[in-house]
Amino acid sequence: MSETILFYLFSVVAIVASALVIGQRNPMYSIMLLIASFGALAALYIQLDAPFVAMAQIIVYAGAIMVLFLFVVMLLNAPQEDAAVWDRTHPLRRPGVARFGALLAGLLIVQLVWALVRVNDASTAVNARGDVAAITSVRSVGRVLFTDYMFAFEATSILILVAMVGAVVLAARETAS
Amino acid sequence: MIPLGHYLVVSAILFAIGTAGVFLRRNLITILLSIEIMLNAVNLTFVAFGRAQGNVDGQIITFFVMTVAAAEAAVGLAIIISIFRNRESLNVDEVDDLKL
Repeated sequence: MSETILFYLFSVVAIVASALVIGQRNPMYSIMLLIASFGALAALYIQLDAPFVAMAQIIVYAGAIMVLFLFVVMLLNAPQEDAAVWDRTHPLRRPGVARFGALLAGLLIVQLVWALVRVNDASTAVNARGDVAAITSVRSVGRVLFTDYMFAFEATSILILVAMVGAVVLAARETAS
Repeated sequence: MIPLGHYLVVSAILFAIGTAGVFLRRNLITILLSIEIMLNAVNLTFVAFGRAQGNVDGQIITFFVMTVAAAEAAVGLAIIISIFRNRESLNVDEVDDLKL
């Protein structure tokens, strides 16, 4: 019973915080709310017997990536979106292309509902199958990660290297020479 | 016992919120944050399906998604810094040099 209450509590926190993220005009508030949303998602991961993912979520997402965002917002001293300009140039108020976007958004909703309806075991309990001890342990996660997913893991290191070099090149100030 | 479908509905709602953010917001930083919301919605789906299948593959894919999200954030924020340095603005409507 408490499990159900906690699930709904954290789901509501995640959804409301995410909705407020895109409702804020000040990016600083958006980032703080997104950290709250990530914390609630980490709690959901713990309920799904994935404590290692939950910790990685908090350390990597709420810790590293969001600090990067905060750092950039503070560095740029980014201005808030001007309410009058926002109202005037809002995509929903513009004809033509924006209508096409609305059509695509409607299609996305139809697709999501269709996919959810077609999931076979949607009503079975999520933790009905599998050995909880084996799924929860970091040892078994590491063993699969470094055997079955070895190539993807190594490819990830190249990706990180490229992203690092790319970020330095893009953000570097061009010198006059 | 929480059904698998409930996790999927939460994930779908989060993904829709992220998509709405990308479409509706004009601020580059908020658009990047919306993409992070979408990636997290997908992560939740992966972990929920992985738990329902009873194996750890869903968790491992989540790690890869997190890595890609970190790389995307680093490059995206570098691009934002570069744009802000050149235009003194973060509004996507003002970055339309490639528009015909």
